[in-house]
Amino acid sequence: MGKLSKTAWLYIGAVIIAAVLPIAHGPFAGINWTAVIALGLLLAASESTATLLQARSLAWSANSVASLAAVVLTGPVGAALVACCTLLGIRRGPSPMQRVFNTGMYALSAYLAGEVFLLFGGQVGTPGTSSFPGIIGPYAAATVTHVAVNFALLQVVFWLATAPDTTPSQLDLGLLVTDVGYGALGVLIAALWEVLGPFTPVLVLIPLFVARWAVAQFAAQQRAYEATVSALCQAVETKDFYTRGHSERVSKGSVMIASEIKMRAERVAAIRFAGMLHDVGKLGVPTAVLQKTGRLTDDEYAAIQLHPMRGLDIVRDIGFLDEALAGIMHHHERIDGKGYPMGLAGDEIPEFARVLAVADAFDAMTSNRAYRGARPVAAAVAELRKCAGEQFDPAFVDAFVAAIERDGWAAPQSVPSDQDTTEKGLPAGTDGQAGPLIIGSL
Amino acid sequence: MAVRRYEPSGYSRNILDSGQSLLVIVAGVLLVVAVADTAVARVTDVSTAVAFGALIAFGELLRLTLPGDREAAPIAAAGSLAYALLIRVQDAPARHGTQQVVAVAAIGMLIGALPHLAVGRPARLDAMAARLVAVACVAAVFRPLAGEEVISGHWWSALPVMLSLVVLAWLVEAAIAALVRTDVLRARFGVALADELRVQLPLGVAVGTSALLISFAAEVMGLFAVAVFAAPLLVTQVALRRFAGIRATYLQTVRALARVTEIGGYVEAGHSARVSKLAVDIGRELGMPEAALLELEYAALMHDIGQLSLRDPIPGGATVLVSREEQRRIAEYGAEVIQQAKVLDSVADIVRRQSDPARTPDRADEPPLSSRIIRAANAFDDLVGSSVEPSRAAAAVERLRLDTAAEYDQAVVDALSRLVARRP
Repeated sequence: MGKLSKTAWLYIGAVIIAAVLPIAHGPFAGINWTAVIALGLLLAASESTATLLQARSLAWSANSVASLAAVVLTGPVGAALVACCTLLGIRRGPSPMQRVFNTGMYALSAYLAGEVFLLFGGQVGTPGTSSFPGIIGPYAAATVTHVAVNFALLQVVFWLATAPDTTPSQLDLGLLVTDVGYGALGVLIAALWEVLGPFTPVLVLIPLFVARWAVAQFAAQQRAYEATVSALCQAVETKDFYTRGHSERVSKGSVMIASEIKMRAERVAAIRFAGMLHDVGKLGVPTAVLQKTGRLTDDEYAAIQLHPMRGLDIVRDIGFLDEALAGIMHHHERIDGKGYPMGLAGDEIPEFARVLAVADAFDAMTSNRAYRGARPVAAAVAELRKCAGEQFDPAFVDAFVAAIERDGWAAPQSVPSDQDTTEKGLPAGTDGQAGPLIIGSL
Repeated sequence: MAVRRYEPSGYSRNILDSGQSLLVIVAGVLLVVAVADTAVARVTDVSTAVAFGALIAFGELLRLTLPGDREAAPIAAAGSLAYALLIRVQDAPARHGTQQVVAVAAIGMLIGALPHLAVGRPARLDAMAARLVAVACVAAVFRPLAGEEVISGHWWSALPVMLSLVVLAWLVEAAIAALVRTDVLRARFGVALADELRVQLPLGVAVGTSALLISFAAEVMGLFAVAVFAAPLLVTQVALRRFAGIRATYLQTVRALARVTEIGGYVEAGHSARVSKLAVDIGRELGMPEAALLELEYAALMHDIGQLSLRDPIPGGATVLVSREEQRRIAEYGAEVIQQAKVLDSVADIVRRQSDPARTPDRADEPPLSSRIIRAANAFDDLVGSSVEPSRAAAAVERLRLDTAAEYDQAVVDALSRLVARRP
């Protein structure tokens, strides 16, 4: 929240006053103070650890769980008091004004949830065995109220605080459902209060924290893995000055095609790695051959043709989807069957390989090579279209072109070259190099 | 993603050695005695026994392998602990005895293991035995107390007892696992126990609290509690399984990509794999904890990645033969590559310092132990290669020993020579 309009300030003030009034009004008689203190401490603790655990959404959930448990155990005023402990949270993120607003918002939602609970006939106090299942109805109403009020108050402040011409963010139904689900924990805490006392909330939330931690561990490991693979691929590329960043871009291009044709998420993830690793086999090709500017001899060309198989050799033991391995092995096949290493044609070529071939050739055309300069994106697109059906699968060419037209393409920083950059695409197979496209995408 | 298992070198899963056999025999005797005893004395509270047995079987079915080839079955563990710690189901006091807890847990585990056997995944008997023994310990302490008013009267008297028993179960299981690893991997017990406790801590906390919650909630909600409070463990389990999977793929990828130097002709085939195996063995011999061993393995696998910066390979790839300046440049470049990943900074540091002599005038400036290990392992492999001839290995160790004064770490070379002497 940067500079706020007068309306926004008025709104924030109104929310805070609306929260303070019922708390000041009471009644305080008959409130279970042990419960208020235990739940309040829990709430403050979860607020304080939110940035620590990098799990803001969990803190929010713990916040609403504590407030909703308080609705049952202590009634509306007690619940509002518990929600006020948001203010005690030690966090660096939000400004004082944001914290006061958040506190007011939580207190108001909790108070209204408590009133709704009473309205539907809920009994305040520690529930016994006889309270079930009668308590479920009123509690569900309270949970929905809490989530809805909270969401509405937050949406309005976002709407007032951002520029008027931005479109309002889409209502995330999934998130709201999750919140209602978390809300169910509140009634569990209330139910266990009789047998576990003030330790209940801590015990109930620990398994959830561990679950969250495990999910975060997985995500962190995943990121570490991707970063490592990308670093190692860059190391492989240093051998050939001209292909710097090539793997990364081919990976990006393949993902663009895969998303465009709506591949499943795990296949998209697999093709990302396949793109990254498609050229590792080039390590087996002598540097002199890779960087040669003139015509290649038959032997040198044979050495180059071996690289997909060598690449497969390296990555074979990685527990990838087998499709990714097939993609790496066959990314130099051509639709007309004139490619290598197997000379497969048409649909015999694995889908991943056909996708990689398009992205690979496109990046090769739009970046500098030892034997020619980079071409502009438009020329490369035209070349792709021209070779669709011969060298490339037309469906993937169309998908790629559509994706580029929509999202653009970040071609590598062009190194000034005195070569003719407007060179026309030569028809494939006219000279010893078997056409610039094939060599270009080595 | 098809996940293949990461197995620490030297760990064979099919042959049980003496320590493991003893453990399995103890668990087997426990099982037979408990089942026979329960059969004679009749099962009490059948519906409770069936509900918990089903949870344990379900949990055993969903067992997972944590990094470092540790088997865990968190839901089964929480179920059996909760059954051991059960005081009351709604208004009826739980009257089952220790034998019945062991019998229900054992039968549940066996039922849950059957589908795994059916699809050809062998059961890890030692891990199952460890879980059963831990539950038996808890049940033996708590079942006689469960009926006493002193314990079961108030939550504040029951909770501390139950909490300490849950911790006991965790310690027992970790100690057994550590003993098995000490036996199989020739690790040191203290180090193995610390590793075990560290790896199992988050899962242990989740299992312990879930067990407490289930047994307390059964008092209010009846057997419904079993399903409700096992749910968060299910989430944890799914996440940890995926974590272990990506971790295994990670290691496979680094192992595979480390071979680019071999494919490119920079080093002899199999060099990185041999150096990393030897380095990890030396590290374990020197009592390094598991987290450090993993970093050491990564660093050893990638120690030659810097050679990719050379336009033409060193003949035979033997870095031991090139000048110190050149070695340093290669190490520096390798470290830069690894540093790009941003998550492996300590690995990069190990790689960077691998070419430094082990002994420096200023002790504070010594390279890390992992670098010294890699330096020795690398030199050994450059001299011996893939040869399995014992005399050649012995000669290589002798040559390293001669250079020990400045180049190599005394303790590392000693550990290497012990390892070489032990080789079959």
